[in-house]
Amino acid sequence: MNVQSPPEKLTARDYATDQEVRWCPGCGDYAILKAVQNTLAELQADPKNTVFVSGIGCAARFPYYMETYGFHTIHGRSPAVATGVKLANPELDVWVVGGDGDMLSIGGNHTMHAIRRNIDVQLLLFNNQIYGLTKGQYSPTSKIGTKSPSTPLGSIDNPVSAAQFALGVGGTFIARSTDIMQKHLSGVLLRAHGHRGTSFVEIFQNCIVYNDGVFKRFTEKSVQAEMQIHVEHGQPLLFGKDSSKGLILNKDEMRLEAVTLGENGITEADIAVHDETNRALATMLAQMDPPTMPVALGVLYCEAAPTYEASVHAQIDHARKGGEGDLTKLLHRGQTWTVE
Amino acid sequence: MSEAAVIEQPEEPRQEIESAVVRFAGDSGDGMQLTGSQFTMTAAISGNDLATFPDFPAEIRAPAGTTFGVSAFQINFGARKIVTSGDQLDVLVVMNPAALITNLEDVKPGGIVIADSGAFTDRNLAKAGYAENPLDNDSLDGYRLVKIDMSRLTVEAVKEFGLSNKEALRSKNMWALGLVYWMYGRKREASVNWLKTKFAKNPDIADANIAALNAGHAFGETAEMPAELGTYEVEQATIAPGVYRTITGAESVSLGLLAGSQLAGLNIAFCSYPITPASALLHQLARMKDFGVVTFQAEDEIAAAAAALGASYAGSLGITSSSGPGIALKMEAIGLAIGTELPMVIINSQRAGPSTGLPTKTEQSDLYQAVFGRNADAPLPVISVSTPSDGYDVAIEAIRIATKYMTPVMVLTDGYITNASEPWLIPDPSTYERFDVKFRTDPENFQPFMRDDTTLARPWVKPGTPEMMHRIGGIERSYDTGHISYDPANHQKMTDVRAAKINGIANDIPEQDVAVGAAGGKLAVVGWGSTYGPINRAVSNLREEGMDVSQIHLRYIWPLPRNLGDLLHSYDQVLVAEMNTGQLRTLLRSEYLVPAEGLNKVNGKPFLIAEIEDAIRARLEN
Repeated sequence: MNVQSPPEKLTARDYATDQEVRWCPGCGDYAILKAVQNTLAELQADPKNTVFVSGIGCAARFPYYMETYGFHTIHGRSPAVATGVKLANPELDVWVVGGDGDMLSIGGNHTMHAIRRNIDVQLLLFNNQIYGLTKGQYSPTSKIGTKSPSTPLGSIDNPVSAAQFALGVGGTFIARSTDIMQKHLSGVLLRAHGHRGTSFVEIFQNCIVYNDGVFKRFTEKSVQAEMQIHVEHGQPLLFGKDSSKGLILNKDEMRLEAVTLGENGITEADIAVHDETNRALATMLAQMDPPTMPVALGVLYCEAAPTYEASVHAQIDHARKGGEGDLTKLLHRGQTWTVE
Repeated sequence: MSEAAVIEQPEEPRQEIESAVVRFAGDSGDGMQLTGSQFTMTAAISGNDLATFPDFPAEIRAPAGTTFGVSAFQINFGARKIVTSGDQLDVLVVMNPAALITNLEDVKPGGIVIADSGAFTDRNLAKAGYAENPLDNDSLDGYRLVKIDMSRLTVEAVKEFGLSNKEALRSKNMWALGLVYWMYGRKREASVNWLKTKFAKNPDIADANIAALNAGHAFGETAEMPAELGTYEVEQATIAPGVYRTITGAESVSLGLLAGSQLAGLNIAFCSYPITPASALLHQLARMKDFGVVTFQAEDEIAAAAAALGASYAGSLGITSSSGPGIALKMEAIGLAIGTELPMVIINSQRAGPSTGLPTKTEQSDLYQAVFGRNADAPLPVISVSTPSDGYDVAIEAIRIATKYMTPVMVLTDGYITNASEPWLIPDPSTYERFDVKFRTDPENFQPFMRDDTTLARPWVKPGTPEMMHRIGGIERSYDTGHISYDPANHQKMTDVRAAKINGIANDIPEQDVAVGAAGGKLAVVGWGSTYGPINRAVSNLREEGMDVSQIHLRYIWPLPRNLGDLLHSYDQVLVAEMNTGQLRTLLRSEYLVPAEGLNKVNGKPFLIAEIEDAIRARLEN
């Protein structure tokens, strides 16, 4: 048997497997992998109780690189597999990882139902607005006009907004970050982990091969300040260089407007304050898109709600209070008769 | 027991008969299923052996009086062993013209037709498509027609309870039941008690139904019944002693799954999606929460299979269930269970197809899908349910194989078995041998895909186990470590070992027996699943006539029993009777090169005994 050694502090490296990471050089997934490993180290997460579940796609290789339990499943179905895992053992700490094609196209239905049921998992959606593994077709989050092998003249269908989708189906935790913002991403992941229920995290991730620079309109260093707003609960919605800009709520038109402090008599008192328990506000924040508005990053929405698996087991516990089931009695339930 | 006041009459001697087939047919709202199940219970209590078959419309609430709204319940009961719900009807009770026009062809020539003449109104006749009232012309001359205005008699019988006419008419099924009870000399006590319990909160309704039941019975005793009706006696059958209940296929499978999970020491995670005729399983298991059973109504068939697999991965027994079209949707997830070698049980309640097909009609046409219906070389064990009570042992066996060999197992049942019922000698769960699952917890030399020498099964490790973290997935796995491997030789080796593991199960299941007759001879009739009853009766009947015919009935469809090839070759002829166009026949021909012939039927109805007898005679009589 093994000798019990005193508990040692785990480092990010302890959460990495010996498997060679096989993403393309320069892929945003490397940074996300590092952020997740850092977050687990920060949490001192117990590897034996941690499970990574994924579907199919570049992002879905994730479990092979995590020194935890891992299940690489089939295209689109990871939220459903993870649901089964949590039903069987609610104590496990489950992370579900996938891309925009996996979770919003072939698996959109499962993503919707996992979120609305509020299964207690962290659901990380790596959104690169393209199919990488199948070599570059447009995805359900691609902007109209995306040229790809399957849309040589440009895509023509409307993209889905991942965060608005998650809010619309009743998500209890919706957050956003990007692959290149290590600290911000780790902070968001920590919050996601702390939330009981489906923690939906959209991570804007650059595909260096098939969709390079698709998010540079807000990730490029030169535009970051003007084109990103980092929301924090209870804090005014300020952005821009030296927080010189902010969002106000135009109550007549029920929409957010970007304003500059000091212009038209605007002061900080006019700026809307982020309330992450307000779904309408979160929806308006999720709708914002450069260049007219900055993209909202951070925890857009968070509310406490019962998790599905806890409710399932509460019903079972309640049923068992009346006494543990007896198979012999069950077999004899209803009308019986005796043949002598 | 409250008896209606009757004028005592000396009872005519009853005609003794060995068995009878009775069908109650009426509108969906006429309560025919309740009537049939009450008659069933009373026949069982009277000591008869029996088999039943309900036949209800696909529509939830079809318009009253229409042919597609007809609901029927058939029972075959007897003083001998009963194995089918009966070929032809001795008695047909019809509550309206639509029930007559849709059921008459099943009545044997000269059989009894009891009709509620009060429901044969112009409007109802038109809805059923009758130009004139068949009760008044000579169209029923070939039958013994008994016209009774049950509607009026029921309303009169329940007058004292102050019900509306519509409410009063709801009791006419009990009036009809009372009359048929009288015909067969049956006691009303069990039904009276049942009505009192069912309508405990509405004593008026209970009393009205009891009054109608008694009135129907009294009508038989007191009225000058036409000689056509007659009275009968069906003696007790010779039945093994013990405590019995009636059981449907849905009940036996769900109880067997529970029993099997207990024998394995596992919790059930039953993940399903509503579909006819499989939903009954989900309903049954959802009521077993006091046993710790987790049920999950998923968003679709795929999610149901995926969640079941996720539950198995986490250490529960993942089970999913559906019917043919839903099973097709689950197949990718089942392939993942095969690749990752996790246990799982899939229950397929087959129905007529392809596509939506005939959702409420039975068929056995998913054998190919079960054995072959996945991408790539993806073998899994397939076992089948032969009778309504057989599901109990089959479900236990499915769990034993799934957990011992770390494989998904598919159970084939069908719409007929799911809904049909038969008496069941209730087993003692403690007499079953346990097969407790041993999760691997020892990290010493652990590799996720290292196999047991005998079973070739890999170890089952639950997440949460210290020092055994590992990854599995759908990409081909390296032979021991389970790491991703694109190595061609490794894929060959893995494909071979997956096949060898499933084939090896043939050494762990019983050899194929001969159900009726002898090993070797002129003709074997081979079947599987719900054709057991009619084949059994047909072969038994013709053996009594001296014909050299035997019955072989398979439980194990894949892998096949290890002696089956030799057994089949010991007959001059092999006839495979199945409710599809020849799926088992193809399998047997390809596996054993036997010149098997087929007897095939796909009209949504089970085989008649006579159809199988005719096929046997055609081969053995010159």
